[in-house]
Amino acid sequence: MLLSQPVDTMQYRKFEPWLYLSPALIALALIYGYPVARLLVLSLQRGSGSGASFAGISNYQQLFKDYLFLGAIRHNLTLLICVPIMIVIALILAVFLFDRIRGWRFYRSTLFLPYLLPITVVGLVFSYVFQLSGVLNDFLKLIGLGALALDWLGSTKLALPTLMFVIIWKEVGFGIVLFLARLMSVDEELFDAAKIDGANWWQLHWHITVPQLSTVIEFFAVISVITMLSWVFNYVFVMTGGGPGNATMVTELYVYLEGFEWNQMNIASSVSVLLLFVTGGFIFLELRVRERLGAVEAVG
Amino acid sequence: MSLRDKALRVLASVTRQGLVILATILALFPVYFMAVSALKSRSEYISNKWGLPASLFLGNFATALAGEKFLIRFANSAILTVGSVGISMVIACLAAYAFSRMEFQAKRSLFNVILSLMVIPPVVMIIPLFVTMAHWGLINTRGGTILIYTGLLLPFSIYLMTNFFQTIPREIIDSARIDGCSNFAILWRIMMPLSSPAVITLIVVNALWAWNELLIALIFLQKDSLKTLMVAIATLRSRNYVDVPVTMAGMLIATIPIVVVYLLGQRYFIRGLTSGAFK
Repeated sequence: MLLSQPVDTMQYRKFEPWLYLSPALIALALIYGYPVARLLVLSLQRGSGSGASFAGISNYQQLFKDYLFLGAIRHNLTLLICVPIMIVIALILAVFLFDRIRGWRFYRSTLFLPYLLPITVVGLVFSYVFQLSGVLNDFLKLIGLGALALDWLGSTKLALPTLMFVIIWKEVGFGIVLFLARLMSVDEELFDAAKIDGANWWQLHWHITVPQLSTVIEFFAVISVITMLSWVFNYVFVMTGGGPGNATMVTELYVYLEGFEWNQMNIASSVSVLLLFVTGGFIFLELRVRERLGAVEAVG
Repeated sequence: MSLRDKALRVLASVTRQGLVILATILALFPVYFMAVSALKSRSEYISNKWGLPASLFLGNFATALAGEKFLIRFANSAILTVGSVGISMVIACLAAYAFSRMEFQAKRSLFNVILSLMVIPPVVMIIPLFVTMAHWGLINTRGGTILIYTGLLLPFSIYLMTNFFQTIPREIIDSARIDGCSNFAILWRIMMPLSSPAVITLIVVNALWAWNELLIALIFLQKDSLKTLMVAIATLRSRNYVDVPVTMAGMLIATIPIVVVYLLGQRYFIRGLTSGAFK
């Protein structure tokens, strides 16, 4: 469905398309192509540059013996719990807004706001909310729930769930806007017909809304899974720095620390290679979803 | 309709409105907290953390703007954003022109490859990029970072512009050709002016990304005079002593450009972001 429009009667010489493409291709080769090739080499070496020696797969072997790395993977996988939660919340709120409750436009804008704010800023604000003497605990004490005033970011048990709350808080707005935009492009008659047939609210949404949304839900799920596995560095770096006691160590932070704090470029590279393969798999999945989506019009 | 049905209906609508209001309060709380804290003196903040300030105290904004090279960091962020958004726009439009209006070998597969680059997390590239950039002496240079940002912005930009260029009717282009326009003139004088909605969308989405970016700025701009706002904010947490109200004021100033850009281009922004899922 992409690029399917017939090309018009343009006249151009055979090399001309490549002339227009060349700046983009050069930039992409520099920022994606070459680094990825170099990455594969680095991950199989000890050292870099002229002093490098071939190390085979020893970097990878070492990696899977490192409890810190295994912990990081476990934490990334734990973050996947956020995905179904986000889908359900986004679905419910999008349907409510689609029912045109009073002020839905205002709610759409405000519910989307978190998605735009810099994670850095949000992360720091939430650290003041969740710290031991922070806003949340002050509030809990005020309403007589002092027993629930816990060290949200400072305890090894709670730090990861707290982080998950912030990630959901921030990313769910994208789902709401996405689902709502798709809903508004569904043929009204479909809903009207169901209403005439006497479908109640629940039947209406379960039998019409959810099936109509299935492809966007799939898209949002894939994007969110990729986010949880490889785009959460900012949250962790700002709010916990991986702590307490590595309780929130994730693979991206591990790459950063190995590469730039502990000077283990080769180990860091092998983690990056693994991340590349994992996201590569999901990109494949996403492209297939995209193909099935067909030519649905985007609504702003 | 029976009384019971009516009661159920009212209950449902109250629940619905209630849940949405609760979600909205949650969504807005951090911004509210940031704003009210920025308007409090330190002693007032300690005694009254989340309530409204007793009086409007603007001293924090002055302190934030004066201290810690705030304006330099602000300028650094602005230079990176403007530079990378501008350059990637030009490069993407040239490529999108070829994709949307010309036929050439391997066009579809090339387009699909570029599309899939969108999802590769930057963390995958940072190690080899650092090694290479160090070799070229591009660490701690704005040019090097703008180059990286440009590359990372390109896949989405090419995708969006190609989609939009395809919607321009061929008749317009045919008539321009009859008037003797060269291929480049068609792009520059016919396609670009017609594409302003897509261009605005792209500027808004890309500017937000570049302004908020942390990881690359953290690694490639370590020199103090080159640090961006987000890097300065991110490293605040690790300090032992932080003046919370002043920090909040600084973060509020750092967030204002985003909110302004969003409000100006809200329509376009939502369209741009959701376009990844449709079409």
